Amino acid sequence: MLELRQVTKSFTLPDGSPLHVLDIEHFEAKAGEQVVIVGQSGCGKTTLLHVIAGICRPDTGRVLIDGWDVPVLSEADRDQFRAAKIGYVFQTFNLLPAFSALENVMIGMTFADGRADRDRARMLLERVGLNHRLTHKPAQLSVGEQQRVAVARALANRPKVLLADEPTANIDTGNQQQVIDMLRGACEDENVVLLLVTHSPEVAGQFERVERLEEINRVLVKRS
Amino acid sequence: MSLWKIALRSLQYRRLASGLTALSISLGVALVVGVMVIHAVVDQSFKRSAQGYDLIVGAKGSRLELVLSTVYHLGKPIGKVPYDYFLELTEGRFAPEVDLAVPCCLGDNYQGYRVVGTTPDMFNELEYRDGEKYRFQAGENFGWGEYYDAVIGATVARKTGLKVGDTFQPGHGETAEQGEKHSPFTVAGILAPTGTPNDRALFVNIEGFWEIHAHGHYDEEQPAEGEPSSQQHAAEEHAAEEHAADAAGRPDPAESGGAGDSHAGAGDAHSHAPQAHDHGEPQLERHVTAILVRTNTKRMTRAMALPKIINQEADAQAVMPAEEITRLFEGIVGNIQKVLLVFAVLIVIVAGIGMMVSIYNSMSERRHEIAVMRALGARRMTVMSIILLESILLSLGGGALGLLLGHGLVGLLAPSIMENTGVVVHALQFQPIELVLIPGLIAMASVVGYLPALIAYRTEVADSLSE
Repeated sequence: MLELRQVTKSFTLPDGSPLHVLDIEHFEAKAGEQVVIVGQSGCGKTTLLHVIAGICRPDTGRVLIDGWDVPVLSEADRDQFRAAKIGYVFQTFNLLPAFSALENVMIGMTFADGRADRDRARMLLERVGLNHRLTHKPAQLSVGEQQRVAVARALANRPKVLLADEPTANIDTGNQQQVIDMLRGACEDENVVLLLVTHSPEVAGQFERVERLEEINRVLVKRS
Repeated sequence: MSLWKIALRSLQYRRLASGLTALSISLGVALVVGVMVIHAVVDQSFKRSAQGYDLIVGAKGSRLELVLSTVYHLGKPIGKVPYDYFLELTEGRFAPEVDLAVPCCLGDNYQGYRVVGTTPDMFNELEYRDGEKYRFQAGENFGWGEYYDAVIGATVARKTGLKVGDTFQPGHGETAEQGEKHSPFTVAGILAPTGTPNDRALFVNIEGFWEIHAHGHYDEEQPAEGEPSSQQHAAEEHAAEEHAADAAGRPDPAESGGAGDSHAGAGDAHSHAPQAHDHGEPQLERHVTAILVRTNTKRMTRAMALPKIINQEADAQAVMPAEEITRLFEGIVGNIQKVLLVFAVLIVIVAGIGMMVSIYNSMSERRHEIAVMRALGARRMTVMSIILLESILLSLGGGALGLLLGHGLVGLLAPSIMENTGVVVHALQFQPIELVLIPGLIAMASVVGYLPALIAYRTEVADSLSE
């Protein structure tokens, strides 16, 4: 379902010298598989998620998702691909402040195929326990509720891969487990690959497969 | 969820900034609408006011002043022509080319409203607009023999409170402050509103007008020995005319003696010509300020040559009011209107630039929001479109508000315009050119929204997400 082959990514520093961030020979996750990525700050976790989501292109290598080689797609096609196949949960939720909880879920659907399935959006919000908060704006929701809306939004387009970038870092302990359970349950139900980046040993400890980026990213291996 | 709705939600979220931006556009649009509507209505009204006749014959002098004083009751009359000249048109050498001639005498006012001495033909024969005859909201036209009867315009009736049967004393001169009072006239009829300058005038029987000027002050008026006073005379004439009318079904000027019907002896011309009224002053001393002439369409070629013939002679001039008004509008009023319109359009443009600045400034705080949309799968063109739609929505909202404000402004000003100019303006008087406003605003919104939209287009997702 998700496969990375010989993926490298570097950025250019202000002095013109390259900063190598990723060098992954091979990484694979099967449909429905749930993987935790752990690693120190600045080790390239977010860049890895961006490369998989098609937000940025790797310098070399292939990123295969559901048969599509993401890097070879044009930017517009990658956007379309991302809308349709990738769910993204951010550390800071990133809900759009002008829109209600229901609209935040529906907006991703609009970008995917121009149509918003209100019933599915409502069902997803009910699933994360927010059926009484449909018309509330993000500012009217608690931090935990905002992240639950973000989870519902990530699942809106029935993605093949759900990327969660430290989804519990900004929420209290009580809500942390709830969000993790929701993510895992939803991905199981819809057979979605879950790639979850976390610093939390408690969260990582709940998953069968935990990958340390320092071990699969040859940039970091060389440094060490 | 459509992109329109996404754009609308973004505007609602910044409702204060959006509202102020739309308001600034609406003020510009309101000014444009106000200028366009009022100009168009005034233009139409001016061009329509001289209807029912082709020529104005008057003393030599400024052609425009002759038209303005005769048709619009503006400015001072430029001079007088002898009554004999009027007879030339109705019974003399020009009669075959003249279908109707209506004399007008100016020089008096009542409470600042012009008093016009004329004949009943003014309301019986002329139209105030194509196919629209004068109608009376109360009373009726004065008769040929009712020398001291008058017809007053709708505005005059409303502003002065004069009713049918009331009397009024015109004062000499064009303004209320001027001159001494003349003999009183009795209101015989009140015109229904016409939307022409005649709503603001009083029309008295020309015989009475001549008499008060021949005899001067009312108190000074003394009947000649063995002769009834002019008013008594008028009453007698009126009785005689009524008698004739009863007998023949129409007034018989021959019997009335005070007013004649010249068409019997004037070839094609069927105009009524007031007869010299015997009060001791010879007919030659009578003058008219202007003559409204409807040419004979059956003798078109000769009728068309009539102004040229009149103008070649030293006695009078003939002007075509439509031509003069068109010249006035193209020369002066049109330019003023263009300047006003340019200013109003500049206000809209400045408001548009304000809108660009407003959206542009909001972009720095929206980069993250745009990056989130991009991360959710929105294409560059999609986020660019959303910003452009916001700009268009602001313009359309401001434009719609401006249309309402503009027409509201016209509605508010309508009574004042009506009172001061006689032009009837309605709040819901739309002009076809207003249809250009909407596409114009969309075009402006697209231009001013382009720069902020470009910023949205260029937003880099990865960089902005980490901000």
